[in-house]
Amino acid sequence: MREPPPTPAERPHETVLEVHGLTKTFPGVRALDGVDFDLARGEVHAILGENGAGKSTFMNVLYGLLRPDSGDIRLWGQPYAPASPNDAVAAGVGMVHQHFMLIPALTVAENVALGAEPRRRGALDLERVVARLEELSEAFGLEVPPRARVADLSVGMRQRVEILKAFYRDARLLILDEPTALLTPQEVRELFRVIPQFTERGVSVIFISHKLAEVSQIAQRVTVVRRGKSVDTRPTAGATPRELARLMVGRDVDLQIPHPEVEPGAALLEVRGLRAEGLEPLDLEVREGEIVAVAGVEGNGQEPLIGALAGLLPAQGEVVLDGRPIHNLSVRKRVESGLGLIPSDRQDEGLVLPLNVAENLALRQYYRPPFGRGGLLDLGYWLERATAAVERFDVRPPAPRAKASALSGGNQQKVVLAREILGEPKVLIASQPTRGLDIGAAEFVHQQLLELRGHKRGVLLISLDLDEVLGLADRVVVLYRGRAMGELTRAEATREKVGLMMLGHQDAEEAA
Amino acid sequence: MNVLLNPELWSSALTLAIPIAFAALGGVFSERAGVVNIALEGKMLIGAFAAVAFASLFHSAWIGLIAAILAGALTAMLFAWATVYLRADHIIAGLAIDILAAGLTGFLFNSIYGQMGTPSDTPSLPIWHVPLLRDIPVLGPVLGHHEALVYLFFLVLGVSNWVLFRTPIGLRWRAVGEYPRAADAAGVPVLRVKFWAVVAAGAVAGLGGADLSIGILNSFSPGMTTGRGFIALAAVIFGAWRPWGSFLAALLFGFATSLSFQLQGTAAISKNILLMLPYIVTILALTGFVGRTTAPAADGQPYDPER
Repeated sequence: MREPPPTPAERPHETVLEVHGLTKTFPGVRALDGVDFDLARGEVHAILGENGAGKSTFMNVLYGLLRPDSGDIRLWGQPYAPASPNDAVAAGVGMVHQHFMLIPALTVAENVALGAEPRRRGALDLERVVARLEELSEAFGLEVPPRARVADLSVGMRQRVEILKAFYRDARLLILDEPTALLTPQEVRELFRVIPQFTERGVSVIFISHKLAEVSQIAQRVTVVRRGKSVDTRPTAGATPRELARLMVGRDVDLQIPHPEVEPGAALLEVRGLRAEGLEPLDLEVREGEIVAVAGVEGNGQEPLIGALAGLLPAQGEVVLDGRPIHNLSVRKRVESGLGLIPSDRQDEGLVLPLNVAENLALRQYYRPPFGRGGLLDLGYWLERATAAVERFDVRPPAPRAKASALSGGNQQKVVLAREILGEPKVLIASQPTRGLDIGAAEFVHQQLLELRGHKRGVLLISLDLDEVLGLADRVVVLYRGRAMGELTRAEATREKVGLMMLGHQDAEEAA
Repeated sequence: MNVLLNPELWSSALTLAIPIAFAALGGVFSERAGVVNIALEGKMLIGAFAAVAFASLFHSAWIGLIAAILAGALTAMLFAWATVYLRADHIIAGLAIDILAAGLTGFLFNSIYGQMGTPSDTPSLPIWHVPLLRDIPVLGPVLGHHEALVYLFFLVLGVSNWVLFRTPIGLRWRAVGEYPRAADAAGVPVLRVKFWAVVAAGAVAGLGGADLSIGILNSFSPGMTTGRGFIALAAVIFGAWRPWGSFLAALLFGFATSLSFQLQGTAAISKNILLMLPYIVTILALTGFVGRTTAPAADGQPYDPER
């Protein structure tokens, strides 16, 4: 067994972590370009930045997954250069990854023990793990069922397991990477209730986020990173969201999504009793000039719903598009009758990464004029069309021949968006259209969706991001365990109500 | 129905099941650690050959047995190196091992033993008569006397089950087969764990081969495994990736083989059709009954720690 790290009381240094002039270059990219950072004992210090700003690179350096090119790191006064996560753990650093590093098929105790297994006569001593877990749960206010399988736990519960995993390894410095990204508002509140319990016990927390409001709420100080540089560090008290956003993006941004009045017209998409595996019979309607949002925690029936609507999964029930039943049609016929789809995973389902932009833009229509004729493809037309599309949708670099795999996430999404919008759908299903995008790209996607709405088209937005749902939707449907928990109008849909319904409360009023 | 009452049918079902069960146990190890092991057939074959070669050379079946374990493990190291460290496709690498094993054992057989076949004085493993067990009515004749490896199998099965579900090693095997990145993040040396799981699988599959050549018989002939390694792979799946499950599945195939032998003397059905029975059972088992069993989540996917 390794030496336990010293308890905070033994350490003379009030400063836990000091970082100076950290740089890290990947081929062609300067991911970290001079980062300064410091963390006091018992402090929650947020790192705020857009995707690609260098937050993850910085964390990976701290956690021993990457080695920096230059710069100076001191942990509890000692030079710190972890060569692997094991070194980081041994030094008392724990990390909760945004995508949980838990094995669903194993129990909580097994997950916690993995890699640091206590033994008793050669066998795994799970009883000891369970006992220690119970102690830690008590001490930090994190309740978990030690013998349950992780697959059966809620997202919030899984996160607690991740945190306990770090504490089980005696972490005194906890890195939380976008910890609220997958949580409901209630789960976020619960997390924010326990974090002060960590710091009271001398644990220091690095809180990584791109959400302005929660940074101000939980952290004492915030360091903003932009393009690999730490641009400013300041106390959160007195820092306005507007200022922080400007620091983060480098220009003024509109935090409020504009939502002009549009008078809804006739029903465009009518769904009646649609069911599939993982989806209970569902009724839904999207009218002309409407954005209907489907909210819910990940894995509560969103994918079956999308699959059933798009014809990708076997399903029963009626789907009527602009007066025409499409539920018995093939995927291609549904597209031809005016259904567009932005899939949740742009790299797996949205694009064929080894193909270039022009080819990806033609995927829906390559087989018919003017894209192809008599079994031959008119590649000249594809390029011409792609050249116009990259211009209009601001794809960077504006190169129709660039492989999709060479584009950044935001630009990949713009290609998907371009393909679907140029297909002139009557109804566009947009699933998590801004997942992982930076503020600028997300703004662009939102504008495009609102423009469709303005043109009297319908949009069915499936999103895990509550801000996006509340900002864009005319109506909100909440899915919980494959069931619609009810429908709220824009005026009714408050963060609290939607959050409670996401947790399975049918009548939000009563539960609140 | 007299056939079903014949203890010989049941006793030989067990005998015929054990080689498959050994290989299937190996399959459970490696697939739990995320490596699809289509190379079981080849490891059995090499184990079978090594067992006979060393048993006849040293006039000791036990030395032959140890040779089979080592030969299986060595072959598995090649397979593990290709699949784990070089991230080769598991199916293609496995197929290569199978072809290599067939070619190598065929070549060695021809150049060492030639037309005469393996020496007729090759010792085989003893048949054990278990004092108390053989006296039990009904079960006695079925379970009471068998090749030593039948009894050793249950020891290996018990140990395997304990290791897989009760020890740190087993936890790590299961973890890397489910979600290697999480195991990596928890400080588990993923590649090393996978490598040794596959090597252990090879050692056990080698035992299966030895059971064929010096357990049931005392000779080797080229290609003598006749697809048992593949049936073992089916037993892994049919047994839901569990040691006991894979044994029960192997028992089913052993029973089908045994039945086909017993029926040959009696029924009016063509011998050729009867010999198909175990393979038909395999297909039926895999298509009809597998249903809801789920493979380890990362089974068959090479893991790259750098990505």
